[in-house]
Amino acid sequence: MDQIISNIGLLFEFPVVNLKILIDGIMIGALFALAAYGLALVWGVMNVKNLAQGDFVIAGGYVAWSLTNIGIHPFLGIPAAFIVMWGIGWITYKLVIKRVIERDLFTSLLATFGLAIMFAQIMNLMFGSDTQSIDLGYDTLHFGPGGFVDVPISKLIGVIVALSLAFGVIIFMKRSRMGQAIRATAQDARAARVLGIDTDKVYAFTFSLNSAICGAAGAIIVMAWVIQPFYGITYSIRAFVIVTAAGLGNLPGVIAAGLGIGAMEQYGAHIFGIGYQQAIAVLLLLIVLFFRLLQQRRKRQVLQ
Amino acid sequence: MAILRPVFYLALLALIIAAPFIFPDFRTQLATLWVFIILSMTWDMTGGQMGYNSLGNILFFGAGMYIAAVVTIALAYDVGEYTNAFGGGTYKFTTTQYFLGMGLGLVFAGLLSAAIAWLMGYLLFQFRGPYFAIGTLGAAIAAGELVSNWEWVGGGQGIALPVYPGDFDVGKLFFYYLFAATGVILFIFLRWLYGTRFAGAINAIRDDEEKAEAMGLHTLRYKQVTWAISAFFVGIVGGISGFQNIHFEPLETAFQTINLGIFMVVCVLLGGKGTLWGPIIGAILFHVIKEVTWNYLLGWQWVALGALIVITVVYFQDGLMGWLARVKPEWFGERVQKKPDLIAEPAE
Amino acid sequence: MGTLKKFGISLLATGALFASAPAAMAEDCDTITLGAAISLTGKYATNGVHAKNGYEYAIQKIKDAGGVKVADKCYNFSTIYYDDESKGDRGATLAERLINQDGVQYMLGPYSSGLTKAIAPVTEQYKIPMVEAEGASRSLFNKGYKYLFAVLSTSEQYLASAITLAAEMAEKEGKDPKSVKVAIAVENDPFSLDIRAGVQEDAKKYGMKIVLDEKLPRDLSDMSAILTKVKLLKPDVLIVSGHSKGAATAVRQIGEQNIDVPMIAVTHCEAADVVGNFGKAANGILCSTQWAETLSYEDDLFGTAAEYEAGFKEAFPEYTNKTVPYQVAQASAAVYVFKDAFERAGTLDKEMVRDAISATDMKTFYGDIRFSEAGNNIAKPMVLRQIQDGKYNVVAPSKFASHKLEWPREAE
Repeated sequence: MDQIISNIGLLFEFPVVNLKILIDGIMIGALFALAAYGLALVWGVMNVKNLAQGDFVIAGGYVAWSLTNIGIHPFLGIPAAFIVMWGIGWITYKLVIKRVIERDLFTSLLATFGLAIMFAQIMNLMFGSDTQSIDLGYDTLHFGPGGFVDVPISKLIGVIVALSLAFGVIIFMKRSRMGQAIRATAQDARAARVLGIDTDKVYAFTFSLNSAICGAAGAIIVMAWVIQPFYGITYSIRAFVIVTAAGLGNLPGVIAAGLGIGAMEQYGAHIFGIGYQQAIAVLLLLIVLFFRLLQQRRKRQVLQ
Repeated sequence: MAILRPVFYLALLALIIAAPFIFPDFRTQLATLWVFIILSMTWDMTGGQMGYNSLGNILFFGAGMYIAAVVTIALAYDVGEYTNAFGGGTYKFTTTQYFLGMGLGLVFAGLLSAAIAWLMGYLLFQFRGPYFAIGTLGAAIAAGELVSNWEWVGGGQGIALPVYPGDFDVGKLFFYYLFAATGVILFIFLRWLYGTRFAGAINAIRDDEEKAEAMGLHTLRYKQVTWAISAFFVGIVGGISGFQNIHFEPLETAFQTINLGIFMVVCVLLGGKGTLWGPIIGAILFHVIKEVTWNYLLGWQWVALGALIVITVVYFQDGLMGWLARVKPEWFGERVQKKPDLIAEPAE
Repeated sequence: MGTLKKFGISLLATGALFASAPAAMAEDCDTITLGAAISLTGKYATNGVHAKNGYEYAIQKIKDAGGVKVADKCYNFSTIYYDDESKGDRGATLAERLINQDGVQYMLGPYSSGLTKAIAPVTEQYKIPMVEAEGASRSLFNKGYKYLFAVLSTSEQYLASAITLAAEMAEKEGKDPKSVKVAIAVENDPFSLDIRAGVQEDAKKYGMKIVLDEKLPRDLSDMSAILTKVKLLKPDVLIVSGHSKGAATAVRQIGEQNIDVPMIAVTHCEAADVVGNFGKAANGILCSTQWAETLSYEDDLFGTAAEYEAGFKEAFPEYTNKTVPYQVAQASAAVYVFKDAFERAGTLDKEMVRDAISATDMKTFYGDIRFSEAGNNIAKPMVLRQIQDGKYNVVAPSKFASHKLEWPREAE
């Protein structure tokens, strides 16, 4: 308890800390947002709740890491992870996801949970359970009083790439034929089918796109943070919190929620201690769920 | 048929009692088998009979484990000091303290777990379908994380309970029969319960909650009671497991969300949801497969488990009982008139 | 029947072995089967694999040297491994399985204190001698276990010497050790919490102030929140312990955030290969180690500590560009203790072997091994190494020091 009070005290004693926490939170939040972004897509378009989301992220990280090990520049790892994970997402769709779309929602939840376990373990067997990261060897920027606020350039690059990817997808969804087909399918799959849209193709594309976005996020994470085969669940939980908070089909909202949750988690870690980080994320999920529930209540509906 | 039934149950009971003597080297595995059976049967109460798929029932397992342990310790020593003993200080328990602590601990474990389920149910049963699953999963993860940060109960160290006083082999039999007795009681109870109006009510909730409510059922109350009963048994099993394990850690043993917490769901799906025997058969099937293959896969077992979940869920969701009901409907007597595809698909 | 069963067991064991043994002169020796539950998956998997490799290397080495001589007969070790998934309850079940179903009479330890804590009651009940190499928590040695022996130093010693060093440095500067501020960030598991207890005790002895006391979560990937506080509180010593992932995350972010603390002490640096992964950022960091290849220990089987390292790297090429972690060395030492005890006992009777283990007094490449009544090794000190220009140099205790401590640590 004393520690909590003194931690809060630090926030007021050194106001610059707030800036530092916010920046740290936004940087990690941008990556959470990217993972959540793909989830919002598959959830909204095909009504599949993908619990293997985080494991796609980590898999992308390992793709980039392996390429760096054979001497390819880390930046090329991002498109490489995007492409490789696109393929893996497509295979996953054909083998499993395709068969759960029409089923009840618990089925997709449990099936993707099984996938998550498989993915994590295969990565463990392939790459070992060491924590891995790519050290770009870039400097750290300092500003604020006494250079207190530090922004490692590698993280900055990562965040910029993540955000440009996110906006790229938004534009793609708005402008391209495929994007329109996806949105049409999301609104009414049957009507879309009647109007000549091959919904199976749309689903396959959406799921592969999600997997590819996750892969790119992972490639960024491995450059700026660390990855380990079993870290997937961390990103899955965050993705669920963000999508539940932002709602489906609201891609800019997902980005905002992602940044917000990143910041809230950093504040939580500062005040209560980093040991509570996971608990805070999960409790945020529950709080968001109840908040949504209250909203629905007013409309005399249940959350389902 | 009518004469065969009591003979069958008596033979089964005899087998349960004799099992640890027939397979003396497998006593611990047999005890673990009971854990699986009980957890699967309790999971099916909400998941199969009521259509509420919880991914967080492990919360009561962990809660029971901690409650039973804390009660036992508190009877003899100061809990904070006991859990804080890193280096020095040995704590001895007399036989009376051990059994009194365990008895009282298990009662508290059951009752408090039920109370927790009742309270949590009030909030979580507002959610339907996947949101209920996500919410319960979240609650279980959060509970584990919070307990692992709670220094008074040992934090991440976990708790080391005293060893069974007396002969080691007798101890193993003791735990086996404790689990078995809980399991048999649960079975008799469920067999009775599933024949009452109460079961009709929770089945109605599964099939169409809106209509059930419109018919005047106080659905929330039914849901809470069902979950509380299920949590009561899970809490007791958790408590016994704590004593059997002697030392347990919060995240890896007590609140093992992605292990036991998911295994019980897989067991039920394997055997067949919403039936009395399905969860039992599924648990036996799962446990045997696991014990036979698990140890020789050296790391690949998790891949196999993931694959098993995916295949069961995607291709084989009716489970063994559902499949049997489809190919041999006459075996199921009065269930014949029920359309098989209705068993598998709980209403949204 | 007996021989048949034994044959079956050894057949099984051979199947479980990964390292296919080249033909050696000990070919026609009998087999002594050891059992081990080891973490191949889950949170301890990195170091579980290190331990397993250490066991395997020693077994091979003993085989090449002519096996274990027990009363005129020669034997080879072979080990049945199971994956305990880093979970205590699983470990305990597997220990029973090894003893009951596989008929194992002698056990090697699992990785981590938590797992050893879960398994020790089982081996104790069956009176199966277990020599373990990876469970260091003191809470293992206050239970009165008779069949548990640990070749390593207990965990409160890991970083306590860093506190002593900090006090010495403060005195040198003409400051009171009482003015030293300590920051602690350890993982929330039995091993690291015992390290924290050791550090707290020593800090209290000097009257130092603990300004930060945080616990790291199981799936740690970002500790910038802690490091920000470190920047504010300006401690003189920063202690981090979180197995391999803790070391990796800490070193990376200490480098990125330019954490300027005069003394930073970390466990598991070698296992996480912080020098290979993060280069300059690792410089100046103190690493506690059970063993170092530069120490002057030696024995007949493995040669000197340096020869052990070279031999091991040859057998396991994946370690070529890393420092061999001490987790490997102590695992090998545990097997060596068994060999020595069997030869002295002159029988395969497990009570006699247990007594022989208890009477162990040997000098090995890993250090001296002599067990206390409680079963922990009391003959070997912990050493503290500092990463200086990418090299691990021993700086404390002064008896073993090959280099001078660079203090205060310069942030890059």
